[in-house]
Amino acid sequence: MTANLRVEQTSAEEQKPAYRVIGTTPIRHDGTDKVTGRALYGADIRLPGMLYGAVLRSPHAHARIKSIDTSQAEALPGVRAVVTSADLPDLESKIAELGEGSINQRYQSCNILARDKVLYFGHPVAAVAAADPHLAEEALALIQVDYDVLPPVLDVNQAMQADAPILLEDLYTDELGKKSEHPSNIASHSQTRLGDIEKGFAEAAVIVEREFTTSMVHQGYIEPQNATALYNQDGQLTIWCSTQGAFGVRDQVASILQIPISKIRVVPMEIGGGFGGKIGIYLEPIAALLSRRSGHRPVKMSMKRSDVFAATGPTSGSTIRVKMGADQQGRITAAQAVLAYEAGAYPGSFVGAGMGVIFAPYRIEHVRTDGYDVVVNKPRTAAYRAPGGTNAAFACEVVIDELCEKLGIDPIEFRLLNGVRQGDRRADGVVYDRIGCLETLQAAREHPHYRAPLEGPFRGRGVASGYWGNYGGMSSASASINPDGTISLVEGSVDIGGTRTSLAMQLAEGLGVPAEAVRPVVADTDQVGYTEGTYGSRTTFATGLAVYELSQILKNKLVEHAARLWEVEPDQVNFAEGIFTCADKQMTLQDFAPQLPEPVVASAAVHATKWGASFATHIVDVEVDPETGKVTILRYTACQDVGKAVYPNYVEGQIQGGVAQGVGWGLNEEYLYDEKGRLVNASWLDYRMPVSLDLPMIDTVLVEVPNPGHPYGVRGVGEVPIVPPPAALANAIYRAVGVRMNVLPMSPGRIVAAIQSRAVHVPEKD
Amino acid sequence: MSKKVLIQATINGEEVEFLAEPRQSLLEVLREGLSLTGAKEGCNNGNCGACNVILDGALVNSCLVLAVEIQGRSLTTIEGIAGPQGLHPIQQKFLEHAALQCGYCTPGFIVAAKALFDQNPNPTEQEVRYWLAGNLCRCTGYDKIVRAVLDAAQAIGKIPVEEI
Repeated sequence: MTANLRVEQTSAEEQKPAYRVIGTTPIRHDGTDKVTGRALYGADIRLPGMLYGAVLRSPHAHARIKSIDTSQAEALPGVRAVVTSADLPDLESKIAELGEGSINQRYQSCNILARDKVLYFGHPVAAVAAADPHLAEEALALIQVDYDVLPPVLDVNQAMQADAPILLEDLYTDELGKKSEHPSNIASHSQTRLGDIEKGFAEAAVIVEREFTTSMVHQGYIEPQNATALYNQDGQLTIWCSTQGAFGVRDQVASILQIPISKIRVVPMEIGGGFGGKIGIYLEPIAALLSRRSGHRPVKMSMKRSDVFAATGPTSGSTIRVKMGADQQGRITAAQAVLAYEAGAYPGSFVGAGMGVIFAPYRIEHVRTDGYDVVVNKPRTAAYRAPGGTNAAFACEVVIDELCEKLGIDPIEFRLLNGVRQGDRRADGVVYDRIGCLETLQAAREHPHYRAPLEGPFRGRGVASGYWGNYGGMSSASASINPDGTISLVEGSVDIGGTRTSLAMQLAEGLGVPAEAVRPVVADTDQVGYTEGTYGSRTTFATGLAVYELSQILKNKLVEHAARLWEVEPDQVNFAEGIFTCADKQMTLQDFAPQLPEPVVASAAVHATKWGASFATHIVDVEVDPETGKVTILRYTACQDVGKAVYPNYVEGQIQGGVAQGVGWGLNEEYLYDEKGRLVNASWLDYRMPVSLDLPMIDTVLVEVPNPGHPYGVRGVGEVPIVPPPAALANAIYRAVGVRMNVLPMSPGRIVAAIQSRAVHVPEKD
Repeated sequence: MSKKVLIQATINGEEVEFLAEPRQSLLEVLREGLSLTGAKEGCNNGNCGACNVILDGALVNSCLVLAVEIQGRSLTTIEGIAGPQGLHPIQQKFLEHAALQCGYCTPGFIVAAKALFDQNPNPTEQEVRYWLAGNLCRCTGYDKIVRAVLDAAQAIGKIPVEEI
């Protein structure tokens, strides 16, 4: 078994502080509840008088709803309520921010319960609440829906044709800021430019231009979406659900139901994975309507796995064309990309993020990217870990590998030569602050894995880099000193993977107490100030900033009280490592806490703007079976700039999990539709996510280039690790069997087909 | 609605009686009837292992067992893994190795690891990976789970049997 490494990359100007708590590995505060089965997730809730809800979904990918007859379902004994889109307010078009992404609220309402048309297989049409879940399912079968079936549009290329069937009659292309004359499936065309692309390509000694296609893939969280709602007689709505952000749910429900946010309380239960897929809402407004309709009884809803696949946020399939040129020395002279992303049924893919990611690790003088957001008859896409990034990096990083091959330059040396650093400006206007792009490349180059011999037939090593911008935004938290010297921390960030502890550790560091002395609680929307969701790799950074503020406020208040006790001025009291000192007097926080003359509490709120971007470089060794096309991963090393690893075990875990998802995306996972647009692999047996037997240990190198925008140097770590894997695998597969894969997933059948048609893909030797 | 059946079984060492409809899965009855919500529903068709329980010594997906099938039998769920002394070594090692992130798949993995040790107390990494291939985790990439299980085997080997 190999080990995980940490590499400190603090430069001379960046003094490396000594931490007591940051960088240690305490047992997570919610750990015991989670290993004993006691932690309460959304579907674990049971309320007195609770009913069970179920959703009727469209069997068609594209159809007009002529009529819905719910009378038979309503007449079934035990059925308490039936609702359709007629029970939802008919909303005007208005763009609503989801935090990570945005959506037109009218489209979101239609996505929750279809209004005039169904736009994908699995689109919700009606819902029932009944005394037990089986009865609710029986009632669904009694609802009669009369459809006028329309031809489906199933991929971006087809959707962009002038004569393609139109999904949304009110959708016009936003063509570089101008509205098109006719309705279209192309929601938008955007563009970024830097320098003079023609000049750049004229300077190139080698040009590679390739087209790539990737399939729609799902986030694959193990916990299905769920929501329980109680719409009380006084108009107060309480929702218990699995979400990445309780305030986001509150705001979206208020918009969809057109009720004031003050009437809604959202209680975030423990969440069984999200990866971007649990930011937008699905069941919450339906459960609320059913509760109101059923005589104000609580209604619990939970999706079936097949519904999760068919109707919740996959990420975009895409077609990406990349052209890059480099001079004889290996300097990239120009780069161009055209990206077309499937938005699913309603606009809002992450093509913009893809345009930012695609050439992000490289300083290039002449760049142009064009992005198209395209609606198709598939579920409305949602964020998925570094949304839009993995598709884009796959295309760019494979082209770079081909450039390296043609120029005879080592792929890491090539990337080091072209890698971005502080002050570099991208085509989309982003200017980098202190970043660790070069440091991750150096860590990869120096890693024993990169120099280890790889012997045997059909084996190959691949390298790829990746970028994700991360995010900051708004967070709130409060804290109070308990009489026993412990600190209660109340914060608004849903904990998906150990952030209670990574936040508690920042408070503990600030006060010089052990992590265990802080008791963190995730609050509901009535208990804490506004806090954006757990997305954009923001929680340990942005909510961490709020928590850091708390530690400073508490510290100042405690010092004032100590000064009063000792009858000195506050500046004569020193408070460090949990101990107050003044001349020969000394006491610990534990000694002092019971003597405090009044409660010591603090609250803090931040709007964090100086999040630091993340870079990663991955190395993978594979063996390909040329007969079956199966790819076996022999070794995997992920080097990543993590800023400062507050809770290193969990930082490694984020990287390993991101790699595993990237491997699944690269090798196996894809949505398969039949010609009528019906999803045919809506189960984990047929949608093949990696299992323990598919992966080796995943080695990580935590490169620590502190983010100057956070007192402890924290930068987001969760998303970038999914970006490089498909490209690294493609480059390794090429070295193993000589075929350049330009399609995701690189599933066994596709690899065999590529090997068999190798005549057109002869690898060029230098 | 079909008639409910009276079921008597031993769950986590206690004699339990409950009513179940013939169409109800064991998972549904555990969660919605007996308030044993540690077993999770991930897929309801045997693909994810989040609902793992040990039935008369055999590891099963409780979503694929009907509640009426446990008549007279003995069942261990995640709620029965920790002993009166505290956490089971598998649970402790999951915490020490950070072998969980969201925690939703965790009960299923721990129950599966317990069933593995019952028949193979000293598994190799490959044997652990093979045994756990029926459990899906989307957060961790399995690395730390496999390490935790291997370390738990070591730890259990050092404890006198009566103390486990």
